[in-house]
Amino acid sequence: MGLFGSHRSASDRTAGARYHESTPVGIEIRGLRKQYGGKPVLDGVELSVPPGQTLVIIGGSGQGKSVLLRHIIGLAAPDDGTILVGGLPSTDPAMRERYRVAMIFQSSALFNSMTVGENVGLWLVEHRVFQTRREVDAVVEERLAMVGLEGTTGLMPAALSGGMKKRVAIARALAMNPDLILYDEPTSELDPLVSDTISKVIVDLKTRLRLTSLVVSHDLRLAFAIADRIAMIHEGRIIADGSPDAILANPNPILQRFIARQHPGRHNARAQEDVL
Amino acid sequence: MNGLVDGIIRALRATGGALFLLAAAAWECRLAPLHLPKILVQMTEIGAATLPITVMISLFIGGVLSLQTGSTLANYGIQGTLGGIVGVSMVKELGPVMTAILLTGRVGSAMAAEIGAMSVYQEIDALVTMNISPVRFLVMPRLLSTVVVLPVLVIYSDVIGWIGGGIVSAVNHRINIPFRLFMRNLTDTVEFNDVTNGLIKAMVFGVIIATTCCYVGLQTAGGPREVGQSVTKAVVASFILILIFDYVVTRILFL
Repeated sequence: MGLFGSHRSASDRTAGARYHESTPVGIEIRGLRKQYGGKPVLDGVELSVPPGQTLVIIGGSGQGKSVLLRHIIGLAAPDDGTILVGGLPSTDPAMRERYRVAMIFQSSALFNSMTVGENVGLWLVEHRVFQTRREVDAVVEERLAMVGLEGTTGLMPAALSGGMKKRVAIARALAMNPDLILYDEPTSELDPLVSDTISKVIVDLKTRLRLTSLVVSHDLRLAFAIADRIAMIHEGRIIADGSPDAILANPNPILQRFIARQHPGRHNARAQEDVL
Repeated sequence: MNGLVDGIIRALRATGGALFLLAAAAWECRLAPLHLPKILVQMTEIGAATLPITVMISLFIGGVLSLQTGSTLANYGIQGTLGGIVGVSMVKELGPVMTAILLTGRVGSAMAAEIGAMSVYQEIDALVTMNISPVRFLVMPRLLSTVVVLPVLVIYSDVIGWIGGGIVSAVNHRINIPFRLFMRNLTDTVEFNDVTNGLIKAMVFGVIIATTCCYVGLQTAGGPREVGQSVTKAVVASFILILIFDYVVTRILFL
């Protein structure tokens, strides 16, 4: 303890000591309810994600996907129900102290006043994971290379395309060496070619790192490309949950209508006839 | 009636929130030595943004004060006391208040806009998910920088105001007090305590500006329109609080 107190917080010391270890964590959600302005947005969500699994939550706009993600990462507190991340409540600061949870925001949420390199290295610098700037720079370069953005450290976010911003956001998340990674609409507002690039990056990371990943998306191309499991949320409830094949075979009319709209030819035609 | 009650509740809630933010930022100040580069960058930005305009405005404030007061004193033939009056007015009141108001417009508005935009574009959420305290990362460096830089700017303002007053008293034919005599009366009248109390006032204003503008910025939600509204809200609230605390601090320190 120095004159001005501890030089590093408890989480900084934890981050430094176990930076190179990544332990995929599971998520347990029981009876999650949330209302905004008297309107239920999440209405009894039940979901569990085992460690190392990639779960994609699909659903239309305004069905509660992003709100669910904000609850899992502890940015919002439930009105009722529990969310456990690695056995700890998501709103408990101890959860973020013990596990490294990274999130890729729909808007990428890059810090516009910082360069790409500073954005990617921010967590490492703020938590004093390494002793020298050179070590931080090495990790930043490595993570940028993982998403195909070598040599961009000096660029400002304003100079990047939407797809590049998303990849920088992924690199920033990877620099944390996360135990759990959450993606909020990673391909929204991107053209199909760039969406495919992002999908490839996510699949590559999934294969290489075996992280627990939770992806929220209304993009079925992405969902079927990356998911171990797919769940559909509708009006704040999980109405279907299973492997990609099981989802395609699921007769739920709302699910089949959603698939048919986005992926003509892949939906369960019989269920669709029932709906019509 | 309901609107009035709602307004009072909102104001009390905002006051509580801002005080809580101030306490949290003050607690984070213990880690300031580890964040020195960030604090120095903030200090440089605040100083560079405000110093030129402070110098210009202070020169004219000192000049106008000298012109108005000197003309009246000349009617009674006591314009020899002008230096002391201008000197005391600058250090006790005009220097700290005018510089604080300039800093609010120039820097406080930028703080509210920057942090407000960060809130709207989920950058604050990104910090939280990375387990980086927004208070430590954003508020503490701004609070410390404002509290340190504002008194320095006030010293500049006081001195430049004195010079402005001295020049006007020397060149105006009705007042006609040589610059050297003006300054002698000023140094005879202004006490060291007057200067330090003015600087204490400036530090209080620095706390008000940084806390109010950061708090309003952090509360911003919506889009670019709300960022603009937050800037207006932050600047107006800071002005009002500066004037209220000007009275309170004056009552405590000078009377």
